[in-house]
This record gives sequence, C-alpha cells and structure tokens, in this order.
Amino acid sequence: MKNFFLRNREAALAVIVAAMALLVGLRAPVFLTGGNLLDVLNDSSILVILVMGQMVVLLTKGIDLSVASNLALTGMFCAVVGKAYPALNAVELVLIALAFGTLLGAVNGALITAFDLPPIVVTLGTMSAYRGAIFVLSKGAWMNDQDIHLAIKALPRYVFFGLPGLVWYAVITLLLCWWFFRYRRTGREMYALGGNLSAAAYIGIPIKRRLMQVYAMSGALAGLAGLLWVGRYSIAFTELAAGYEMTVIAACVIGGVSTAGGIGSVMGALLGVLFTGVINGALPVIHVSPFWQQAISGAVILIAVVVNARSERRAGKQILPPKGAQA
Amino acid sequence: MKATRTWEIILVLLLLVVIGGFGATTQGFLDFYNLSDSTFNYSEKALIALPMALVIIAGDIDISVAATVALTSVVMGLAKNAGAGPLMIVLVGLGAGALCGALNGVLITRFALPSIVVTIGTLSLYRGIALVILGDGAITGYPQALSTLGNGYIGDLIGMPSLQIPIEFMIFIVAAVIFGIILHKTVWGRRIYAIGANPIASRFSGIPVNRYRLVLFIVIGAMAGLASVLLTGRIGSTRPNIAMGWELDAITMVILGGVNINGGSGSLPGVVLAIFVLGMFTFGLQMENVPGIVMSMILGGLMIVSMIVPILIRAHRARAPKLATSTGA
Repeated sequence: MKNFFLRNREAALAVIVAAMALLVGLRAPVFLTGGNLLDVLNDSSILVILVMGQMVVLLTKGIDLSVASNLALTGMFCAVVGKAYPALNAVELVLIALAFGTLLGAVNGALITAFDLPPIVVTLGTMSAYRGAIFVLSKGAWMNDQDIHLAIKALPRYVFFGLPGLVWYAVITLLLCWWFFRYRRTGREMYALGGNLSAAAYIGIPIKRRLMQVYAMSGALAGLAGLLWVGRYSIAFTELAAGYEMTVIAACVIGGVSTAGGIGSVMGALLGVLFTGVINGALPVIHVSPFWQQAISGAVILIAVVVNARSERRAGKQILPPKGAQA
Repeated sequence: MKATRTWEIILVLLLLVVIGGFGATTQGFLDFYNLSDSTFNYSEKALIALPMALVIIAGDIDISVAATVALTSVVMGLAKNAGAGPLMIVLVGLGAGALCGALNGVLITRFALPSIVVTIGTLSLYRGIALVILGDGAITGYPQALSTLGNGYIGDLIGMPSLQIPIEFMIFIVAAVIFGIILHKTVWGRRIYAIGANPIASRFSGIPVNRYRLVLFIVIGAMAGLASVLLTGRIGSTRPNIAMGWELDAITMVILGGVNINGGSGSLPGVVLAIFVLGMFTFGLQMENVPGIVMSMILGGLMIVSMIVPILIRAHRARAPKLATSTGA
C-alpha cells in the first residue's frame, strides 16, 4: 500500500484531495453542493492555465517569477486597448492577449538564452520591470467595471454545456498541453532538456530554441490568464495579482513537478491546482481566517519538496537493477 | 581577480556620474544633511545585502529575507506586548531572524534541496505566519530607545550635534568592514569562494561545506533580524507587509556589485560601491518625484543590465587577443 502511493504520487494526491474535500464537507455540508464545487472549479481555472505555463518552464530546470506581473500587464494592456478600440471582438482580444503575453515571455527567454543568465534572476528582474510598466501604462489609474470592454467581461461568463467559459478554457489548455507533452516531439524534447542538458545537446536538440519556446509559452499562457482575470473581476490596476506567482509555483510543486527539471505531468499539476483550490475554498467555509492561505501554501511547498527530494533520490541512486532482480 | 577590479572602477565611475548628474540638475542633492538623511532609505537593505553577497558567492541564494524581516518584526512586537525591555526586544529580533535562517539552512543542507526552492517556500511561510498573527492589524508603541536606534544620529549620541550621521548608517559601515575582513582576509572567506566555485572539490579538500552553508544562512537570518530591529524602530510600528520586495533590492545590490550569480567570485568593496550607487540613484529619483513603483521597475532593469554588461565585456576581451593575454584570464 505504502509502496503503491510512493510510486503513484498522482493517485496519492488524488486520494488526499478527495479526502480533504470530504472532511470539509462533513464539517460544512454546503462545501459539497454543486454550486460551491463549481465556484472552486471556476476559481481554479485561471490557476490551471498559469500552472501549465510554469510547469513547462520548471521541466527545463528554469523558473518564471514574472508570470503574475505578465498577467497583470497583459490584462491592463488589453483593458486599455479594449477601451480605445470598442470595435474589437472577443477573438481579436484573445489574440492580442496571447501575442502580448508571448512577447513578454520571449523577452525573458531572449535574456536567458542570449546571455546564459540564470532564469530566477532574470525573471525576478522582469517581475519588477513589468509591474512598473503597468503603472507607466495606466499612469497609476484603475480600470473599473465601466471602462472594461464588454467582450472581455463576457469571455469568462459564456456558458457552454452548463459550464462557464472559464472552466472550458482551462480544460482546453489542459488537453492541448497533455497532447503536446505526450505526442509532440517538441514537448518530449522539453522534458529531455531538463532531464539531462548535456545528453540533450549531444542528441541534437536545439536547446536555445526550445528554451525560447518554453518562456514564450509561459508568457502566452500568462497573457491569456491576464485577459480572463480582468474579465472575471472586471477590474485592472497596478497591484493586480501581485504575489500570485508564489501560488502558481506552489501548485506545481505540490503536484509533483520537480524544480530540478525533467519531472512532472499535466495530471499531477492539475491535482496540485485542485489541492490549492480545495484549501482556499474550504478555509472560509470552516471559518478559518483567509490569512492562513499563504502560510499553508508555504508549509505545503516545503513538505512537498522534502518528500519529492527523498523519492527522487531513491529512484536515482541505482541506475542498473541489482543482480537477479528485474524491474 | 583583475576582472573584478575593472568592475569596481566602472562602479566608481558610475557613482561619480550619478553624483555629478544629480548634483548638476537637482537642487539640494549635494547637501551634506540631505545625503546623510538619504542613507535611512537604504541602510537596512544594505545590511541584508552584505551577508547576501557571501551567500551568493558560496553558490546559494536566499529569497526569504524580506519575509524574515516581517516575521521578526512581528515577533518583536509580541515580545514588546509581553513586557520586554528595549534590549530584550533587540535580542529577540536577532534571535528570531537567526532561527528563520537556521530553518532555511537545515532544510537546504540536510535534505540536499536547492536554496531557491526552499527559500521560496519559507518566503510564503514566514510572511504567512506574520499575516496569521497580525491579520490586517498593526503593533505600535515601541520604546523610545528603539526609535532612537532607528531614527537617531551618532552625533547626538556622543554629544556632538553637528555630526549628523544616522546611527543606522554607522552600523552598516561597521558591518561592511567586518564582512569585508571575513571575506577577503580570513581562511573562512577563501573557503566561501572555494565552495561557490566547486562545492564537490571543496568537500574533497576537507572543507565542511554544509556547515559553512548552514552558518551563512544563520548569519543572513540574523542580519535580516538586525535590519528588522532598525526598520521597526525607525517606523515605530509593525505590519505584516513591511519590507515587501526587499529581497529584490538586496539581490540587485549584490549583482550590481559584480558578484557572479552562479557563485565563486565577487568582492565586498564592489557590493558596497553598488549600494552607494543604487542608494544615491534612488535618492536622486525621489527628489525628482519619481514614484516608487517606477523606481522598482528601473532597478529591476538595472539588475538585468548589470548581469549582461560583464558578460559582454568578457566576450569582447575574448575576441581581442591582445587584451586577453594581458589579463591572463
């Protein structure tokens, strides 16, 4: 039993998430009602999109701390553009968000690949730079409900087959990422990059181009998340989603994406998001101060990395199976 | 070694440009009392940048320093509410900071975890605990002695009122000298470079690598505690969101000071020069009424540029063979 869970982190995590939801449901039955669960899903959807972007960066041994600033800057950019050009439709706005986010991500990628700089420091720098750019762009003013383009506000609220658009965008992102990482050569190469960089170089993977794509992808998803965020809460301001990058990284780490690169799955990352979503949705229901959120996610990150480090070390120690034993 | 000295010369020139530029354009910039008071804005961050330089040279990084400052301040507030005197509050602050650093160090060395990930986790944890304890409240009413420590001048302390140098700044200068001597004049310092350059070779040559790293994390925690004592005394209150984003400022000071982010090289005089360049630059922008968020944008960009420039210089040298032989890199 114990071995099964150690080997199947995803199964273990799924059981933990379900158990948590049930326990909270016992204390407060309202938590398990359809409406509340839909709220949890809705709240988790933007996080899912961001987590997919962060996961691909973490797979290559990098990190992207600028996602929350990118989200806020793209969100503000779309709000400003939407206000200036009311004729734009939803598809055009999504394309603008994707393009602008990709551009911001590509700046990270270019700095990291052209000068061989550590991703953590580059994205720490662009995190402030992009955040400040929001202030410059908006001159410090808030974009309120009446300033925001109707199409942006409608985007997360379209209902298809009984589920809000926001949830569908997350589902589509998940499916695309799952397919990309499993069946596309480029996706497989991104795993190889983080698993063993020298080996990846020797077998002819274009490392710099892949890294550029990784950061551009993270940027594009952050940009999309920014548009959806502004639409959902119909507001854009300088401090929007400040510090959210920590929640994103926490969800990845909880979901078993290794910061040492090469390890992580779409399913695991999704469970990490659901774990975060259940905790955040449960705290107010069981009357625990929301101020606990940050402390809990910090503690969970630490526990998750310690557990990951132990299981990874066990797996990596022995390359060849011992004599007589077959895997 | 020579490359770092070149970088220090660039920093001196940069400092002269900043002083000359703002001195010529901004009225009141080149005033002794103004410049002396401007040190209040960066002395506390600078106190964190000093041990941060050592941590980065040893090949690690600590992103939890600002959260440590906040948590330490909350702990001091609780100590004050429990009736502790000024000296006790200071000791509690230093101790709480050292404990935060020790937790980082133990997790990093015992479990062989990357310092980035651990300190991202403890960043959330420390800031989160501060939030849980205080919520959206604040602690005020610190004793006068603490306020004097944060706001006072050295001249008033020794009975020479004309010597208007902040006590904070003197503490920073003393700390800079101590850290400089440790890094450049002792065996410990040489070993910190060795650990950053190659931890495995260092271990094989008999350096207790993990013990050094643990001590460095305790030291940076204690220095964050000291910064928290001064900050709490200076503003006279504790809120859970104080010192937000200071980790970036401290790391920027270190990187601009010419310390290699991958460890193994850098110098303390360089870091001190960078602290002055950034401090005066920020002060000048403040006098020109540039908003804080724009300032942090400029600093973020500056940090990236200061990493790129040495790489470009090195690439240029490698292309010019005459220069390459003379530096003997």
